Amino acid sequence: MSPSTKDALLIALLRACAVAAAAVVVLIVAFVARDSWPALRDIGIVRFLSDDWSPTGADPGFGIMPMLVATLVTSAGAITLATPLGIASAVFAHFYAPRGLAVLLRRVMELLAGIPSVVYGLWGLVVLVPLLLRFAPPGQSVLAGTLVLTVMILPTVALMADVALAAVPAPTLQAAHALALPRHAIALKVAVPAARSGIVTGIVLAAGRAVGETMAVLMVCGNVVKLPTSVFDPVRTLTANIALEMGYALADHRAALFVSGLCLLLMWMALASTAGLVRGGRHA
Amino acid sequence: MPSALRAGFRRGDGLLGLVVWGVAIATLGLFSWVVGDVGLRGVSELSIAFLRESPADAGRAGGIAPILVSTGLILLVCLTAAIPIGVGAAALLAEFTRTDGALGRTVRVSLDVLSGVPSIVFGLFGNVFFCVTLGLGFSIVSGGLTLACMVLPLVIRATEEGFRSVPDEIRQGAAALGFSRASTFAKLLLPAALPGLGVGLALGIGRALAETAALLFTSGYVDRMPTSLSDSGRALSIHIYDLAMNVTGGEPRACATALVLVAVLVTANMAAASLTTRASSASGIR
Repeated sequence: MSPSTKDALLIALLRACAVAAAAVVVLIVAFVARDSWPALRDIGIVRFLSDDWSPTGADPGFGIMPMLVATLVTSAGAITLATPLGIASAVFAHFYAPRGLAVLLRRVMELLAGIPSVVYGLWGLVVLVPLLLRFAPPGQSVLAGTLVLTVMILPTVALMADVALAAVPAPTLQAAHALALPRHAIALKVAVPAARSGIVTGIVLAAGRAVGETMAVLMVCGNVVKLPTSVFDPVRTLTANIALEMGYALADHRAALFVSGLCLLLMWMALASTAGLVRGGRHA
Repeated sequence: MPSALRAGFRRGDGLLGLVVWGVAIATLGLFSWVVGDVGLRGVSELSIAFLRESPADAGRAGGIAPILVSTGLILLVCLTAAIPIGVGAAALLAEFTRTDGALGRTVRVSLDVLSGVPSIVFGLFGNVFFCVTLGLGFSIVSGGLTLACMVLPLVIRATEEGFRSVPDEIRQGAAALGFSRASTFAKLLLPAALPGLGVGLALGIGRALAETAALLFTSGYVDRMPTSLSDSGRALSIHIYDLAMNVTGGEPRACATALVLVAVLVTANMAAASLTTRASSASGIR
């Protein structure tokens, strides 16, 4: 084989790998949409928003509204809590911490980011829920879910904010120092605004993680299909619903679960495109 | 900075200092609370026998040997599928296509989207595609391939960085010596990009071991020792979930299993950190 045929072969092979990798997400959308289609066609979007959820009854209902609300409420709560904490932790690491402590905090955040969601769920179930139970029964609740999600996404917000602050150009900070601005003003009025886009990207990634999280919320939210009226009410999220019912779901019920999956997929895509995350050449 | 100025700075920022110190200490405390509490509940259950025996009484007694084996096999399938495709795609992106070309952009956008797809959606996809459409059933292969889809973006991104950190002098030198692109790639670029692949692998292994939701409907729940890759096999993470939620009195064993899982993950994490350091110092040659 001549060297140029070899080159052509190699490039063809690598191209096939790249196309295969790119095809995965297309396959996911295609298959989830295909298996949702019977439900979207026969049941219709309106009933998904207005029905009760009683997919196995004689007169089955397929309303996913309570679960959609549960997903949005727990995620929004977690983002609201994790954003200031994450930014504060990054500001600490850059402007306040002794060097050793900043490194330690970063390592701990990386470790926290790597802890499996099922372990957070287990911690929530055996530690947090019994604690909440003492103050506001039943313990398994919106609040428990929000708190566990906060702990889970905090490292994402903190680490992304940390990277964004590190990327603030040195002259910007030197100019602020030259003006003899106090440290808190440099941190909050100069560095954080300059790092805004990176920080927002981190928050969006964290939101995606919170919306898509299954195990942790499944283990601490109580899984009752009902619109919550207070943060102490148990709820079931879209993800938990799929995990709980996919094992025995048939026909329209199964298709309805795929519709929930499609919803989650669309929510993530919307989040990703708002952050301008999906721009292609950003590695350039 | 003169110390007088420093002192001036300090007076102004007491409040923010208090807040960020508080948050940092709370974060460190939280980490110790999560890991410590689960660890303390689990550590008394740990023993050599726990690692070597099969579960009995729905997991309340016995050990986790078959679960360790299943987890290892799922990981093996995952890496066997993800490494060649990942390295190939990364090589194309870094070496053989223009960064702003149509193919490069398309692949990057799809990987960016893929990296955030919720794991339960991977589970749905794995179930309909691998288990049903390809007829692999509830099996270690189905679970491993589903996880391979999930870790591809991590492996590709890190390996691509690996290729990009190879200095151009190597490519120019090879071209000057009349090497073909294929042999430059196989003999020079690929070995030099290995630290990047190592980082990607460590991250991918971490993500794969941590995954639960994507395995629920792909590799299944069976806690017997697997005899082939087409058997259903229960991963460590699923075992934790099952013991905690479905087995009354399973909590101590769930915590012990979690301790084992976290120990494995911390090892993978430290490997990734040391490889990243090495990879970035290697790229420092440039």
